[in-house]
Amino acid sequence: MLFFLEVILSGLLAGVMYSLVAIGFVLILKASGVFNFAQGAMVLFAALTFVCLLEKAIPFWAAFFITLAVMIVLAVAIERIVLRPLVAKPPIILFMATIGLAFFLEGLGQGIWGADVHGLNIGIPDDPFEWLMNKGILISQFDLVAAFIAAILVTVLVLFFHKTATGTALMAVSDDPEAAQSVGISLRWIWVITWSISGFVALVAGIMWGTRLGVQYSLSLIVLKALPVLILGGFESIAGAIIAGLIIGASEKLADVYIGPYVGGGLENFFPYFLAMVFLCFRPYGLFGREAIERV
Amino acid sequence: MLYRECGVFKSTYAEDMAIFPLPLDKWGMGILLIVAFLVIPMTADRYLLTSIMIPFLIYSLSTLGLNILTGYSGQLSLGHAAFMAVGAYTAFNLSARLDLPILLCFLGGGLMSAAIGSLFGIPSVRIKGFYLIVATLAAQFTIEWVITHWAWVSGENVLGAIDTPPMEILGRSIDTPVEKYLLTLVVVIVLTIFAKNLVRGKIGRAWMSIRDKAVASEIIGVSQFRYKLLAFSVSSFYAGVAGALIAFCHLGCVQVTEFELLLSFWILGMVIIGGMGSILGSFLGAGFMVLLPIYINRVVRMMAGVVPSDILTNLELMIFGGLIIFFLIVEPYGLARLWLIIKGKLRLWPIPY
Amino acid sequence: MGRKLIFGLFAMVLVASMVVVSGQALAAEKKKEPPKQYIPLFAYRTGPFQAGGSGQAGGNEDWYTLVNIKGGLNGVMIEFEECETGYNTARGVECYERVKSKNPVHIQPWSTAVAYALIERATKDKIPLSTIGYGRADASDGTVFKYVFPLVTNYWSLSTAKIRYIAQVEGGLEKLKGLKIANLHLDHPYGRETRFILEIMAKKFGFEVKHFPVPWPGIDQKSIFLNIRRFKPDWIINRNWGVSCTVPIREAARIGFPRDRMLAVWWCGSEEDVMPAGPAAKGYLATSFHGVGKDFPVIQEILEKVHHTGKGNISYGRVGSALYNKGIIQGILTTEAILTAQKKFGNRPITGEEMQYGLENLNITKERIKELGAEGLMPPVKTSCRNHEGFDLMLVQQWDGNKWVQVSGWIEPFKDLVRAEIEKSAGKYAKEKGITPRKCE
Repeated sequence: MLFFLEVILSGLLAGVMYSLVAIGFVLILKASGVFNFAQGAMVLFAALTFVCLLEKAIPFWAAFFITLAVMIVLAVAIERIVLRPLVAKPPIILFMATIGLAFFLEGLGQGIWGADVHGLNIGIPDDPFEWLMNKGILISQFDLVAAFIAAILVTVLVLFFHKTATGTALMAVSDDPEAAQSVGISLRWIWVITWSISGFVALVAGIMWGTRLGVQYSLSLIVLKALPVLILGGFESIAGAIIAGLIIGASEKLADVYIGPYVGGGLENFFPYFLAMVFLCFRPYGLFGREAIERV
Repeated sequence: MLYRECGVFKSTYAEDMAIFPLPLDKWGMGILLIVAFLVIPMTADRYLLTSIMIPFLIYSLSTLGLNILTGYSGQLSLGHAAFMAVGAYTAFNLSARLDLPILLCFLGGGLMSAAIGSLFGIPSVRIKGFYLIVATLAAQFTIEWVITHWAWVSGENVLGAIDTPPMEILGRSIDTPVEKYLLTLVVVIVLTIFAKNLVRGKIGRAWMSIRDKAVASEIIGVSQFRYKLLAFSVSSFYAGVAGALIAFCHLGCVQVTEFELLLSFWILGMVIIGGMGSILGSFLGAGFMVLLPIYINRVVRMMAGVVPSDILTNLELMIFGGLIIFFLIVEPYGLARLWLIIKGKLRLWPIPY
Repeated sequence: MGRKLIFGLFAMVLVASMVVVSGQALAAEKKKEPPKQYIPLFAYRTGPFQAGGSGQAGGNEDWYTLVNIKGGLNGVMIEFEECETGYNTARGVECYERVKSKNPVHIQPWSTAVAYALIERATKDKIPLSTIGYGRADASDGTVFKYVFPLVTNYWSLSTAKIRYIAQVEGGLEKLKGLKIANLHLDHPYGRETRFILEIMAKKFGFEVKHFPVPWPGIDQKSIFLNIRRFKPDWIINRNWGVSCTVPIREAARIGFPRDRMLAVWWCGSEEDVMPAGPAAKGYLATSFHGVGKDFPVIQEILEKVHHTGKGNISYGRVGSALYNKGIIQGILTTEAILTAQKKFGNRPITGEEMQYGLENLNITKERIKELGAEGLMPPVKTSCRNHEGFDLMLVQQWDGNKWVQVSGWIEPFKDLVRAEIEKSAGKYAKEKGITPRKCE
């Protein structure tokens, strides 16, 4: 029983780490309807910049804010160079543009900072949490801290969306871009804001994942883990990303631990997609996605 | 002036429905075929055949398959690489275990892939838009898992690789690059003509109606279930044949890792860059995504020795990504559209009014 | 707007093509110089395995640079050229075809999948394929695989040697009985390859082995370690590649599994694998086929003559890292084989076919290694027509928190057992491909 509890707990915590990446997708999808393939590359770029600044003996918070500034500059550049000429084009074409962007960012990040693997230590120990260990459950402190950070991040984002003027404008754009424009909301400004926020989320995700995996190219592969979360939760919902992350995390661990041994293991890659597919057969727009109404 | 449409009078229905109603197009295509069938095999060296032409043709075929699904029927798929794997492994097993003639192996690979593809297409009736990628992603990972875990599929080989047996057609062995190239070329051309006729007939119109307005097409009596599934199976059939060609004519020895998710993304990229809903676009897109990196690599490597090679490699990535964005901005609807525009210009050139 | 862009594009393509053409013209002019020994280098500086690809390439290039600085091989200078594969098979095959016309002396693809795809082509073209420590294990049988050289040990030898090491630590082969060993492997053909040989060993010595496949890319392995916890193994064999090497170290720390009971394949035994794991990696064991660190005369010489003169091919900090040293060893093996071939064919650039002779009659003795300044870095290697493996011992190194420390002597595999499996598998390949094995004296 205790073991079962541990499986679920560590699954939930792993799910939070997936959500951290998925939120970056959701933000951009929500505001500009772009399925941002480059999110992984952004995570890599942000983490690389951050860790290389740290290695140049720049203090933690200074490095953090410098990287944030870099991500904002990047957002402005992306809006100006990529998004603006492609405004009002079908989503799939913007999706393709982000594939190009992903190649570009990978090359840029590694061209500037080099392709060496960097270790990143932000001072959170990755050892079992003592209080729980005495009860027979091994949960890493790092995971708990990561969950805590994710919780703060989501709270801040939700507050931002609901309590600030810019946030409300963002919601308006995601609801109906044309109506939003007609009341004087600048679409370009909104895009810069969302890509910046998404850059910020990428930085946080990059630091958390980079601490665990080391900052290297593989960091951009965490997208694979975020995809089923994103689909299950619905493309437009931050809360959806969190809840789907928890569901996917817990159920994939349960499947791998309790079904895996009987079929030869290695279920972790495809199980989440099956789960999401079954869910979607009942709710075709994810758990919290916006339903498209079809008319002739 | 250069590209003339006037002076062509169609007097029969057959002429009206010809694939190339204009003499100029006919001649152009004829010259292209002569180059492909005679000039290239006679003049090209091994590098051009094995590393440029064969992969280019195979990926064009695969892209054509995805274009039928995504470009013509509007269904997004990220499982195309896995369907290619199904084709490759089925063809291998048919050839190694049953010793069937090679073309039948390709056909079998395609059919198997079509069957599995339509199975994973079933959710498309319910799930729409970007959400549909979940079904095809499930296909991608499940197929990879099955091939890795069921040793029987890869011929009980400890090394997990399928090493294709020698090919033979009517007692003549297909061994040299030229022969492999010609075999690929014939398969690609036959399937291209088939696709062209499919998309300009009743089925193609049904697909396009689903793509353009699903509800409306349902109302006028186009069965969504039947045509979506048909699109999935035809698309997977093409993928399967392309996968078999990769195993037999291109690499010769493949592991399942060749057919990773990233390849699915690449092929989707080929469709979009080339132009969705265009046969020509499939070829242009495959050319762009397959050949451009090699070309950039060769050009950039001219600087080897001056610039450190790790920077060069990343420079290649940046140029490639930059070019994708550049071409999308120049013509968001793909290279095929660019070709249409050029044709339009040639119609008036040199005296535009 | 549109038209201008299109014209701009045409201009771009034109300029680019001109660069290509002029480059080729330049290359033609170069031919007037005395002939050089052309060695292609397959590298991958991008993609998920870039840490490996750049480390090996760096070591390899530094060695060739050093050879050139010292006057080449009997006066023949080396011309090496990189070809980026991105660890992708199609690109690897493209690289092969590209360099083929330049008379490459051998091909070292640094990738198992590329090696598989090239075996038949290279054999047909009479270009030797060097795959040190990876690739087809059964290619050690030179009677079937004339042109393939897994020069320093293969995965099957390694796996049996690992068991011998475990026995050493446990206190004898009979102590293996009843042990539980978890084989944590990447769920790719590469990872699954050694399952069968471990099972044979398990039957022979009465220990229990259980396989834990890691789905690629393996960035989250919690559930696997939950399963491992239930299995309660005494040892974990870490057989991954790239980032999936790092994750198990951290996961082991989380469940409190002792790191000095984790024994990794050599591709999981580089600085790049353990550094990201931080303090969790302390005590972690990895196998290797070379010495560790940079305290070897040859590496000191490289530092002095190559890096201090600004000709280095890798960042200074990575000199002497595990992957770098593998690159150096590959370089030494290549140049030694060229020298061997030169003894027979004369002091001139060697062709691929002649290189086959060089690789097959390689005899790097202890004295020669000392002469090279690589004592302790590499073992003596002696190949023959039958045995293309040349050398099959392995070392174990341990991460002390800052650097690798060698903790064992050379460990022998179970030769006869491995050889029997190799011949069985090679025989099967020969039968499938219709190859008649060569007669060896």
